[in-house]
Amino acid sequence: MANHHAHAVLPDEPEKATLEGKNKVLGFWLFLGGETVLFGSLFATFIALRDQANGGPTSQALFDMNLVAVATLLLLTSSMTSVMATLALHRKDLKKIQLWLTITVILGLGFLALEIYEFVHYVNEGLKMSTSAFSSAFYTLVGFHGAHVAFGICWITLLQLSATKKGLTVVTAPKFYLACLYWHFIDVVWVFIFTVVYLMGMIGGKVG
Amino acid sequence: MSAHASHAPNRSGLWDYLTTVDHKKIAILYLIAGGIFFLAGGLEALLIRLQLMYPEIELVGAKTFNELITMHGTTMIFLAVMPIIFALMNAIVPLQIGARDVAFPFVNALGFWLFFFGGVLLNTSWFLGGAPDAGWTSYTTLALNQYSGRGVDFYVLGLQIAGLGTLIGGINFLVTIINMRAPGMTFMRMPMFTWTSFITSGLILFAFPAITVGLVLLMFDRLFGGNFFNPDAGGNVVIWEHLFWIFGHPEVYILILPAFGVISEVVSTFSRKRLFGYSSMVFATALIGFLGFMVWAHHMFTTGLGAIANTLFGLATMLIAVPTGIKIFNWLLTMWGGQIRFPTANLFAVGFIPTFTIGGMTGVMLAVPPADYQYHDSYFVVAHFHYVIVGGLVFGLFSGLYYWWPKMFGKMLNETIGKWNFWTFFIGFHLTFFPQHFLGLMGMPRRVFTYLKDQNLDMGNFISTIGAFGMTIGTILFVINVVVAAKSSKRAPADPWDGRSLEWAIPSPPPEYNFVQTPLVRGLDALWVEKMAGNKGMTPAEPIGDIHMPSPSFLPFLMSLGLFVAGYGFIYHNYVVVVIGILATLSCMFTRSVKDDPGYHIHEDELEEKGVKA
Repeated sequence: MANHHAHAVLPDEPEKATLEGKNKVLGFWLFLGGETVLFGSLFATFIALRDQANGGPTSQALFDMNLVAVATLLLLTSSMTSVMATLALHRKDLKKIQLWLTITVILGLGFLALEIYEFVHYVNEGLKMSTSAFSSAFYTLVGFHGAHVAFGICWITLLQLSATKKGLTVVTAPKFYLACLYWHFIDVVWVFIFTVVYLMGMIGGKVG
Repeated sequence: MSAHASHAPNRSGLWDYLTTVDHKKIAILYLIAGGIFFLAGGLEALLIRLQLMYPEIELVGAKTFNELITMHGTTMIFLAVMPIIFALMNAIVPLQIGARDVAFPFVNALGFWLFFFGGVLLNTSWFLGGAPDAGWTSYTTLALNQYSGRGVDFYVLGLQIAGLGTLIGGINFLVTIINMRAPGMTFMRMPMFTWTSFITSGLILFAFPAITVGLVLLMFDRLFGGNFFNPDAGGNVVIWEHLFWIFGHPEVYILILPAFGVISEVVSTFSRKRLFGYSSMVFATALIGFLGFMVWAHHMFTTGLGAIANTLFGLATMLIAVPTGIKIFNWLLTMWGGQIRFPTANLFAVGFIPTFTIGGMTGVMLAVPPADYQYHDSYFVVAHFHYVIVGGLVFGLFSGLYYWWPKMFGKMLNETIGKWNFWTFFIGFHLTFFPQHFLGLMGMPRRVFTYLKDQNLDMGNFISTIGAFGMTIGTILFVINVVVAAKSSKRAPADPWDGRSLEWAIPSPPPEYNFVQTPLVRGLDALWVEKMAGNKGMTPAEPIGDIHMPSPSFLPFLMSLGLFVAGYGFIYHNYVVVVIGILATLSCMFTRSVKDDPGYHIHEDELEEKGVKA
């Protein structure tokens, strides 16, 4: 494991030990800044169109608190486990990193399964992409987040697999760190979706 | 580090350029591709002007005219001037901050190929059933299926792919400038071009996601039955306008700020003085960048946002005149008392100043909402933004190209042809666009393919078209100049203009590792400081040693090609093709992710130029 690089002992904060690592961490934070604008635009669009049901099902008629609560629980827990993985990274403990990330991925898969179930359910209730402006905005915003979750699952799994061969080095450490950062970000986005889409959608009535 | 390869993979010719991750070669790729798109956009402009040369003629007809104006605007903004800016940034910014490379060389190459394939996809629409025809702003509902043909699908997907390339390019430059500066190169010692590139990259980062979303929504409406912009199903067309201009307004500052940077470098070098008011220039750049985000709704005064919104956006818009005015005066005061020389680069820079000022003044006129109701959608607006974008940005780009050509290619551009280039383009430009202010005030609307006789519009339009020929001649002269320079065997010296910043401290063209030894920066205008201290070159900040380089890669090309293929799949509703394209891209990402790139080393004894042993 140590033969790949001259660092027999990993330095502290291995994700920022090299210039490449520092560049990646900074670049990724900037990328997340861009992602914030992306989701901000999607949220703004959703808020503008959330009451435009066009005779189709409304958010009040569709949303189910139990389902969303379970999904939220899964995803927020996975955020915590990804933080545990980052802490393990700072302790340079590859086994713990792998363990916590495995839990993260399983929780993420659970979340994704619930979301797919939810979408299928809504389509059966008559809410298709083309039903109304509300439906288009809903599927696009929540679907974009879901796609981010799916991408994150693939990314973390791939990292875990390649790390079993490469070990924890100054090359792989930034990758783990960024994947956890990404996962944390999509959880933060979900907090907003939970509030803006589901809670506000269930209360009903015109807001703004 | 013995596991690393010690030799550059041997690649040459086309294969070298398809796989390069060297920022200087990527700059050349950007310049060639952007230049070709510039010629295409120029040809479209010429056809537009020919159609409008006389009243009531049918040279191209209404349908083609709509396609021409759409493609002219889209091509010029996204596929011509943006990439030429990126060409200059790639060629110069790492040199100006004393860096060996950009932060992410692979991503840099990927950014270029995404832009390139996006642009090609968009332009193939001409041969595949018609170009987009809903205007470069692609306003809904006009851009929805009911009113527009398949061309708009090309617009949506082409710009999406190209936009991704621009976004990652912006992130790359932000990280490069923050993390890769040479020792002593503090932020307040960075050359103005690097500063403006920095702010521009920040604007790209926060502006492009908005157009990404806008294009996704438009794509969903057009391809998957979405209802974002369909009023019949509760959709709202103003959302498109907001998203487009939340991107589109910062975009004009993304374009003009690097031109400001070029002008600052050129005026200072050819006045043989440091830039007047450097710190106020930095402040003004940042302020323009910030305000650029606050004013997008001035494109929407007549949409009906209400008096309060219009007032606020009008005032915020006028505020931008303040930092811009600071810049104009600083350039003038830089020249004041300087030993001014006028090679072509400086002619364009000096021509820029009054021209851009006129564009700025008409901008303030347009910022007054009640007055804007009069100017709205008239030729006055066309005149205004061409004064800013051509008179500002394109003059700036020509200036930058004449200035940095020797550094980029190791050959000097011919000054005689250059001066003819300047005067034909400069006079042609003013002939074309100055009369358009009056055409607009006399009631000529934009985007119309013809006009009636004897409404006092004949003369203005005729002069305007003559001017367009002037600009065409100027552009052709530039191309001739490039060919002459390429054929010439005379090598450019390292520092042909008696320059001030770091890029002039190394040979022209620079070796692939840029600096033999990372330089130590001891003040603003780093090279000038050393010259004044009587030194021959920069003081090195490190001993000579092996230099680590990133390996070339074909993956950026393949990744972009995958998205290009997927784009056609979406346009023709063939989802097998979509899946193939996306899978190709994803498998490239997979390969890149699992296979570490150790790069290679250039050994000490292979370095072309011997530095000082420190």
